Amino acid sequence: MKFGVVVFPGSNCDHDAHHAAGAVLGQSVEYVWHQSENLDGLDAVILPGGFSYGDYLRTGAIARFSPVMRAVERFARRGGLVLGVCNGFQILLEAGLLPGAMLRNRGLRFVCRDVWLRVESADTAFTCAARKGQVLRMPIAHSDGNYVAEPETLRELERSGRILFRYVTPDGRADDAGNPNGSMANIAGILNEERNVMGMMPHPERAVETLMGSADGLVIFRSMAESLVRQAQQMTA
Amino acid sequence: MGNEIVVTEKLAAEHGLTAEEFARVRGILGRDPTFTELGIFSVQWSEHCSYKSSRIHLKRLPTGGPQVVEGPGENAGAVDIGEGLCAVFKIESHNHPSFVEPFQGAATGVGGILRDIFTMGARPIAVLDSLRFGPVTAAPGVAAEVVARNRRILDGVIRGISFYGNCFGVPTVGGEIEFEPCYSRNPLVNVLALGIARRDGLFLAKARGENNPVVYVGARTGRDGIHGASLLASAEFDERSAEKRPNVQVADPFMEKLLLEACLEAMASGAVVAIQDMGAAGLTCSTSEMASRGGTGIEIDLARVPRRESGMTPYEIMLSESQERMLLVAERGRQGELMDVFRKWGLEAVEIGKVTADGQMRVLETGRVAAEIPAHPLCEEGPAYARPIAQAVTKPVSLADFAPEGKPLTEGLERVLASPSIASKRWVWEQYDYTVRTNTVLGPGRADAAVMRVKGTRRGLALSTDGNGRWCRLDPYLGAMHAVAESARNVAASGARPLAATNCLNFGNPEKPEVMWQFSRAIDGVAEACKALGTPITGGNVSFYNETLGEPIDPTPVIGILGLLDDVSTALGMRFRAEGDVIVLLDAAAADAACLPRETLAREFSSSEYAKTVRGVAAGAPPAIDLAAEKRLMNLLTELASERLVVSAHDISSGGLAVALAECAFGAGGLAPVVELAGNAPAESALFGERGARAVVSIEPARLARLRAAAAKYGVQAQALGRVGREGFRIAYNDREIVRAPVGRLEDLWSNSLESALVLPLPAAG
Repeated sequence: MKFGVVVFPGSNCDHDAHHAAGAVLGQSVEYVWHQSENLDGLDAVILPGGFSYGDYLRTGAIARFSPVMRAVERFARRGGLVLGVCNGFQILLEAGLLPGAMLRNRGLRFVCRDVWLRVESADTAFTCAARKGQVLRMPIAHSDGNYVAEPETLRELERSGRILFRYVTPDGRADDAGNPNGSMANIAGILNEERNVMGMMPHPERAVETLMGSADGLVIFRSMAESLVRQAQQMTA
Repeated sequence: MGNEIVVTEKLAAEHGLTAEEFARVRGILGRDPTFTELGIFSVQWSEHCSYKSSRIHLKRLPTGGPQVVEGPGENAGAVDIGEGLCAVFKIESHNHPSFVEPFQGAATGVGGILRDIFTMGARPIAVLDSLRFGPVTAAPGVAAEVVARNRRILDGVIRGISFYGNCFGVPTVGGEIEFEPCYSRNPLVNVLALGIARRDGLFLAKARGENNPVVYVGARTGRDGIHGASLLASAEFDERSAEKRPNVQVADPFMEKLLLEACLEAMASGAVVAIQDMGAAGLTCSTSEMASRGGTGIEIDLARVPRRESGMTPYEIMLSESQERMLLVAERGRQGELMDVFRKWGLEAVEIGKVTADGQMRVLETGRVAAEIPAHPLCEEGPAYARPIAQAVTKPVSLADFAPEGKPLTEGLERVLASPSIASKRWVWEQYDYTVRTNTVLGPGRADAAVMRVKGTRRGLALSTDGNGRWCRLDPYLGAMHAVAESARNVAASGARPLAATNCLNFGNPEKPEVMWQFSRAIDGVAEACKALGTPITGGNVSFYNETLGEPIDPTPVIGILGLLDDVSTALGMRFRAEGDVIVLLDAAAADAACLPRETLAREFSSSEYAKTVRGVAAGAPPAIDLAAEKRLMNLLTELASERLVVSAHDISSGGLAVALAECAFGAGGLAPVVELAGNAPAESALFGERGARAVVSIEPARLARLRAAAAKYGVQAQALGRVGREGFRIAYNDREIVRAPVGRLEDLWSNSLESALVLPLPAAG
């Protein structure tokens, strides 16, 4: 299976995503330059974290207009797997590939710390190797991760099981104590309607080796690889 | 040379050049300088760029060793870490700009040191910040408005570091913050950056090859930061310091990130001959220094320099300190390849001149010569002063007295744990991205040093910064030695072998003999300690004129030590790991300490963090130091880690043994020490005294004998103090329990006091 990691000017988690999917998971990975409109041969695309174009205007607001995003939209429409992490999530929101928006964190400051996420659904391409209710530990590092959406959007996300990760306490309670940035309904990660595009603020690519404190994030990359293999098998069967 | 302003001795004096320095300028040129040339000499010969007051003293620092690949003089130091790799690191100050404009000052401080690292061909992998502020809590003798201003400075500095480092994508993984009244009008912002390069891929700033093109890349040149190095960094402050705000530069970390990626890609092409960033003194410094180091000349045409605004004079262009700019020398005929790389990254790159063989730094403005100065004399034959030195006469201050024996010390411990200098800095470091690039094995608050892995190898690097201004004020020689020893001890406690050092020397006005005395003594202390510990100085900087309204800061040499772990998975954190583990005090100078007379103990105690916080006394002298003992302790700590014998290690420094034990307990899930001490010293000295060459480790009981054998081998006393328990924090001394508290309460105090202090209302003025 082949992963592509998009490089926007100002992406700074591109190397980390490459390392996680490649050196750690053992998949084949290549970088995709922001001016490229060609995603041929890729099975999954990762929009990494960082400060695309400096993010001086509003997070992700400029990156969504880059040529590669036109290709990412087409790729997603054809059913390709797209994972947006942190700034990548913000870009997916700006591009309208996922619903909602980000506000400045509740504390109005950048926050870097380990958080706990509860897997809300395990029947997705991003979590099929995890258990529902499993609690994962990984870091966040952002200023604008306070997720907001219209009440009807939230209801729809909830109803259709598209809230994939919630911020929780270490023992799995989705209360205010577990919420690091003020996100509505403790939302840390969501899916699109077709369930092939996922955005999350925490950094799974920074939690793929126990030496670095946690390998809990690996389950997301493994899920993606496994579901791609299954998909390929179904097509040849 | 056109109708420029006529240069007189008076104008030169206004530029900070003395009559003798101006005469020297005339001697080098063989004529009067033009206005542009005067500007160039004034910045290049400023204290900040020329080290004119410090040079003769810096020569006493040890700089060599088999591990040193590049010592002082290049953009940053480089040491060999094996497997064909180099660690490139340096610490630098941005104190004055951070007082005038805290956010931009601190942000550009981070930007400047990062450029120094990637200019060498190294990708930055970590940043540490050593910060000093005035009090941020109401204190006797400190006006409410001063506290409020200190809080604003702190907030701006933290936001500036966070803004720049996070966007650039380098983890900020450690450092220290202390608070003393002397930093109220002169905060210290010292930033250390570490990068990794292939040893055969290091780049130097030596312009070579006649007619090789000189290429300007990055941000456009504006009027910001003119005379930042001379007027701002090389003069003290007065009531009108706010007027210097235009001398501070403006930061653009996104541009710097593009420069990083583009420069590393350009360097990999093989078409870059030399490269230097435009930091202090901008184009002036980068052109003249590259030519001087390369034994060549450089000619540039200012008409080709990309500018942000029109109507800039040659003087302004040459002195601008606009950030995020690089100057490089390309191999002739291959500049097109470089231009392609810069275009790909959306950067402006322009050929602005060429390398010449005549040794001149020649500046043309549309064909007209605006400046023509021999590069080598400009850079290397500047003034060097042996300034007068005299020890200040100080009034003796009465020492702190010890509390009666047997008195409970729980409250004293609580007060020390809650004091801003000792309290957890979590509120600060959570604003920094400390995990980006996935190399941070032990980040902020986890170990005595920050530990980074080196991808593609099993190796790790440990880094610590330390400095103790109070001790250096009481005795700069001893204080400086302690700064080196503590930093190295921190690195060793994390399991690494101390390898090399970098230093940032923050002092007052060097024209004052008593400041020069402090400086000279501190240099002697750094030199002696670095020699004894085998950690040569590979770079750094000197920051003088840290004073406002005639009041200098405490002399504050800050030492950064880099250590190497052969196997990064053996790195040790400071926290206790398991109930029932034995807590062992390692003391390499126990024999000397056992028989210290009470008056010596009182003198040392009076200089401690505890005496300052609980007694309001900052007097006496730092503890005596035994560098050989420090070295033996470090060797032992490194061996204990690599043999995986102990499960935690923490050195004893500020706050003494009691605070060290508390820090081992915090974050350890309710584990706490239950220890029994005994001795002849007063209890307060035993618990809060800050003598060096000591560390606390915890170990499985079954391994204790092996630990004792290892300690004996290095001549270190290993004393089992007690065990790791779950029944609260307990210390007994000579069979009497003198500290007893729920560990949760102590941890709350320690964890939250800095953040709550910053939002506390201040008493109304008057």
